[in-house]
Amino acid sequence: MSPRAIVANAAALVLTALTVAPLAYMVVVSFMPRGESSTLPTPLWPSRWSWENYYELLFRRQIEGAWWDYRIVPALLNSLGIAAISTILGLLLTVPAGYAYAKLRFRGRERLLQWLIASLVVPGQVAMLPLFLIFKELGLVNSYAGVILPGLAGIFAILFVRQATLAIPDEMIDAARIDGAGEARIFVSIVLPLLTPIVVTLALFMFLGSWNDFLWPLIVLADQHLYTLPVAVAAIAREHAADGELMMAAAVVTTMPVLLLFLALQRYYLTGLLGGSVKG
Amino acid sequence: MTRQERTAWLFSAPVLAIIVLVFIVPTALAMALSVTDYSIYALADWSNLRFVGLGNFADLLSTPLFWRALGNTALFAVLGVPMAIGTSLAVALLLNDVTVHWKPLWRVLLFAPYVTSVVATAVVWRFLFNERFGLINRALNAVGVTPIDWLGNPATSIPAILIFVTWKIFGYNMIVFTAALSAVPQDLMEAARLDGAGLWGRFRHVTLPAIGPTLLLAAVMSVAGFLQIFAEPYVMTLGGPAQSTTTVLYFMFDEGFKWWNLGQASAVAFILFLMILALTIVQTRIGRRYEWL
Repeated sequence: MSPRAIVANAAALVLTALTVAPLAYMVVVSFMPRGESSTLPTPLWPSRWSWENYYELLFRRQIEGAWWDYRIVPALLNSLGIAAISTILGLLLTVPAGYAYAKLRFRGRERLLQWLIASLVVPGQVAMLPLFLIFKELGLVNSYAGVILPGLAGIFAILFVRQATLAIPDEMIDAARIDGAGEARIFVSIVLPLLTPIVVTLALFMFLGSWNDFLWPLIVLADQHLYTLPVAVAAIAREHAADGELMMAAAVVTTMPVLLLFLALQRYYLTGLLGGSVKG
Repeated sequence: MTRQERTAWLFSAPVLAIIVLVFIVPTALAMALSVTDYSIYALADWSNLRFVGLGNFADLLSTPLFWRALGNTALFAVLGVPMAIGTSLAVALLLNDVTVHWKPLWRVLLFAPYVTSVVATAVVWRFLFNERFGLINRALNAVGVTPIDWLGNPATSIPAILIFVTWKIFGYNMIVFTAALSAVPQDLMEAARLDGAGLWGRFRHVTLPAIGPTLLLAAVMSVAGFLQIFAEPYVMTLGGPAQSTTTVLYFMFDEGFKWWNLGQASAVAFILFLMILALTIVQTRIGRRYEWL
């Protein structure tokens, strides 16, 4: 190895270690016995591995004689359910629409497309205040539907699917039409199989987006039983700042599911981001 | 209507209806709301609503905390964009070096923070930044730096949050730049090397012109991202200390959902929109100039 190769490889290793360190430390501290992280010198490793933080966080905990419930299990289930439904409905709504904008000829298509692209300029936060009032009138505040619905307006997803669908040759679709296949049949049997990698990528984007979403669930959910994980964790963090080990356990519960999902499907995620331009 | 047209509407009408309900109508209403005194009284009874014209905007301009929030947000963007983009570019260049092994592994691990929840990682970093027990001060102590009260001191609160944000997001643009770097003409690079151009010379005259447009686009989009900082101060500092991390969006959230001054908050949202719109125009201009739009 040349000196330059040694320096470059060492730098890559150190940078990666520094980047992963906060996440690794989060996991390590979450297994420390209560109070250990608040001793000097700051411990880097638990004196003994303990599940007590997870037990207290996920099941129950006693404070001054009374049982206290952090409601993390309900929040975990809420987050899972909301992210799953958002992903499934989001795909059902945006994938056919993206295909329609790419391959079906209809009046007003170009104009609608221009409107969709132009609307990307408006930040979502502008719509949030009136949306809250609309949802209040519709009785959607403080409900799962109220959390899920805004995420389904997937303008970006439509454009993403459209871009991928444009690569499918028209001849293929026209040939199916000449053979007498109906439009729905063409979409399901010919287009969808070709779009599978894109759909997986999009599903991953949607699931992560819903799971990590914070501002809107914070606004629309008032009832603690409906909280998603980020909202519940933020509420605990603002009140119980001192319990380092417990907070790290809460952070692990919130980050690990999506980190594992990302690691399992990283190939789809990163190629989706790159548009397939880089390999290896 | 042809069969294709019918199918097209069947496929796209549901999502268009949702977009209209949750995005187009509320955005139009936001403009209307920003010229009313919508508050907790109107929330109880619509008849308490009054038209105030540009009164909300005038009020905002005479509210010191709003100016503070604008200033803080500007500071976040001015310091954060070079920090985040610089880190992304430096790491992308490093991983682009032919001598580096296991590139896919490094890329995945460096990208990992980007997919995590801001709230959860903000909790982790608040813990790392703890003055007495935090890992960061322990590491600094080892090289002889006295403990810093990162999140408790108005002078260090923004830099501390920026270190966290950079850690969280640099992986995204690192991947974007990696894609751009793979398009740098290798024959040109080789020619420059043969002509005796050094590492900096090749970067300045071969790499930079090739990735310039991507770099600019990423910078403009990062500015828009930094203008929308909210969860980080919400979890790490509650907007403090001494309001040093109160951002425009944090201010809007408090106005709207803590004090229920939704008219006033809509005016804030509208100003945020104008700032992002201005940015987008700049971005399109740059795009035209470099002929990639």
